[in-house]
Amino acid sequence: MVPAPWILTCVKTMPKKNLVTALNEGLRSELAENPDVVVLGEDVGRVGGVFRVTAGLQEEFGSDRVIDTPLAEGGIIGAAIGMAMYGLRPIAEIQFSDFIFPAFDQIVSEAAKYRYRSGGEFPIPMVIRAPVGGGIRGGHYHSQSPEALFIHTPGLKVVCPSNPYDAKGLLKSAVKDNDTVMFFEPKRVYRAVKMEVPDGPYEIPLSQAKVVRPGEDVTVIAWGAMLFEALAAAESAQQQGVSTEVLDLRTLWPVDVESIMQSVRKTGRVVVVHEAPKTCGFGAELLTLVSEHAFLHLQAPPKRVTGWDTPFPYRLEQEYLPLQHRILPALLETAAY
Amino acid sequence: MAAQKDTLLARYKDMFRIRRFEEEAARGYAKGKIGGFLHLYIGQESIAVGASATLKPDDYVFQTYRDHGTAIARGTSTRAAMAELYGKDPGISRGLGGSMHFFDPANGFYGGYGIIGGHVALAAGAAFKSKYKKEGTVSMCFFGEGATNIGGFHEGASLAGLWKLPMVLVCENNTYAMGTPFSRTSPVEDITKKAAGYGMASDRFDGHDVQEVEARIGAAVELARSGGGPTLIEILTYRFRGHSMSDPGKYRTSQEVEERKKRDPLKVTKTQLESLGCSEDEILALENQVEEEIADAVQFAEEAPPARHDVMERSVYAPSNYVYPPVGQP
Ligand SMILES: Cc1ncc(C[n+]2csc(CCOP(=O)(O)OP(=O)(O)O)c2C)c(N)n1
Repeated sequence: MVPAPWILTCVKTMPKKNLVTALNEGLRSELAENPDVVVLGEDVGRVGGVFRVTAGLQEEFGSDRVIDTPLAEGGIIGAAIGMAMYGLRPIAEIQFSDFIFPAFDQIVSEAAKYRYRSGGEFPIPMVIRAPVGGGIRGGHYHSQSPEALFIHTPGLKVVCPSNPYDAKGLLKSAVKDNDTVMFFEPKRVYRAVKMEVPDGPYEIPLSQAKVVRPGEDVTVIAWGAMLFEALAAAESAQQQGVSTEVLDLRTLWPVDVESIMQSVRKTGRVVVVHEAPKTCGFGAELLTLVSEHAFLHLQAPPKRVTGWDTPFPYRLEQEYLPLQHRILPALLETAAY
Repeated sequence: MAAQKDTLLARYKDMFRIRRFEEEAARGYAKGKIGGFLHLYIGQESIAVGASATLKPDDYVFQTYRDHGTAIARGTSTRAAMAELYGKDPGISRGLGGSMHFFDPANGFYGGYGIIGGHVALAAGAAFKSKYKKEGTVSMCFFGEGATNIGGFHEGASLAGLWKLPMVLVCENNTYAMGTPFSRTSPVEDITKKAAGYGMASDRFDGHDVQEVEARIGAAVELARSGGGPTLIEILTYRFRGHSMSDPGKYRTSQEVEERKKRDPLKVTKTQLESLGCSEDEILALENQVEEEIADAVQFAEEAPPARHDVMERSVYAPSNYVYPPVGQP
């Protein structure tokens, strides 16, 4: 993956880190700041996680704070809810977001509804971390992007950083947040991108999108790994005279409606990119929001560039993914409409 | 004696086929021809081969993502298996699934499953259908020891026991679930203790001797076939390679691995063959046949056309006139 130009222009004096290291630092700093923070999941302790995001944490904080669990997602999340109810701040790791479904019941039926059913008294301050997305030829059980299922569930917050800097700051905010935050990590970015990340603690507030490339003619909304594809397509579009504004949502829900509308009101044209299947994907909601808030500013039909309405394929993943070669024509067509 | 020798030679050949298939798969992975995740069965071959020897073509077999060995033992051709790893159209799942998702009902193989525990209840459902239709078939479900901690396993086992299904639940306890030894995730060491809670029979034994595997699983299959209900079997085994190709295996010592390799099921069987009067030449001749077969499978996979977009799109919803392919009839 080619690092985006805006990343290369970051301050040169800070150490460069990848997403795994940045997340590891975010976790370490939350564990150090607050004794109520615990990390739990399969292989998170001794092994340091399948993707090594929790490496070294058990040595540093002990096995009662960085907890290796049995293979039981429903148990992991259920127990984390119980911990969170009375003041702990659990960070649960699910090895791949595809394995979250045995815990779907706990998340949807309990975590998301707890504050509501306790008359607003018991929020569940828990973070569920899980890698998402394709690009590693994992096939249909190791590649999905299930964000829309959780956005559709009132009571959950959903975050998906695209880069190391944002990831660390967003993770810290997610841990401090008083609601359950689904924290989806784009696994194909884990080691593919390096950028300057401060060693010390910092937070990036939830629900703030970021314009990572300003433009005039068309807005493209993306998040996670697809942000880099959107940026690359924007660069190619520029060469053809189309100026594209690229918006990284960073937090998917509650979404930063104002930033989206500001951009769309300016450009009058919008393309949403996501890896998940098209039908009822988050793109559908975003474009509905655009019609509700900025209908009269639109100068072209909004477009979606997404995964297909099929299970995630093994061999055909480069076709399935909404990569730059599929985004570019959408940008040009929208701009030319 | 002669019959025993011939049978054992056949088992050896089947195990050797899986071993060589897996080694070539590892090479294909290292060369980047195979992508994603590759979980090898090396060290556990005696279980797939011993178990398959007790089954009929139309029995149902369910396995985890560590599925190549069991599919091949059931009769999946090494060509179709290798082509699947390469993501090619003639692959056993038309190149749409890859390593973890083999599917070959013609050989009574109902899939590799990547979501741990989920397939146990599916296997119970197949067993229910067998009972309902009075098929006389058996459903055999394989899973790792790690899987016995997740709800899906317990729900499936509970139904199997309650409905006295013709089912055999085979736990391949290869000592580690990824990087975690079972002792650190379970309060009891003996998994078959769980059988009592589901009112089913149980058995627990070491898996390096293919003849023993065949005899012990065979008893459970007979019990299931004759209406005696399910059995939970725990077979103690060991995987010689990492959990998958991306696992450096730092959680165990090379000394431990070497120690376990002394009970390599292939070695054990070879020794048994020698004591039955088998010559080295006889064994070598078999091995050479397998070498040729595997080389052919690799070449086939290399040259086969890639998975097809239209097949993928047509595979999501069934047409209204759809007819299932015949089961157990390759
Ligand atoms: C529901 C679910 N959770 C987690 C995983 C990730 N995972 C894949 S294999 C594995 C370990 C499984 O160990 P075991 O059941 O003993 O089988 P083995 O791989 O040793 O054959 C884990 C945790 C998964 N595939 N599905």
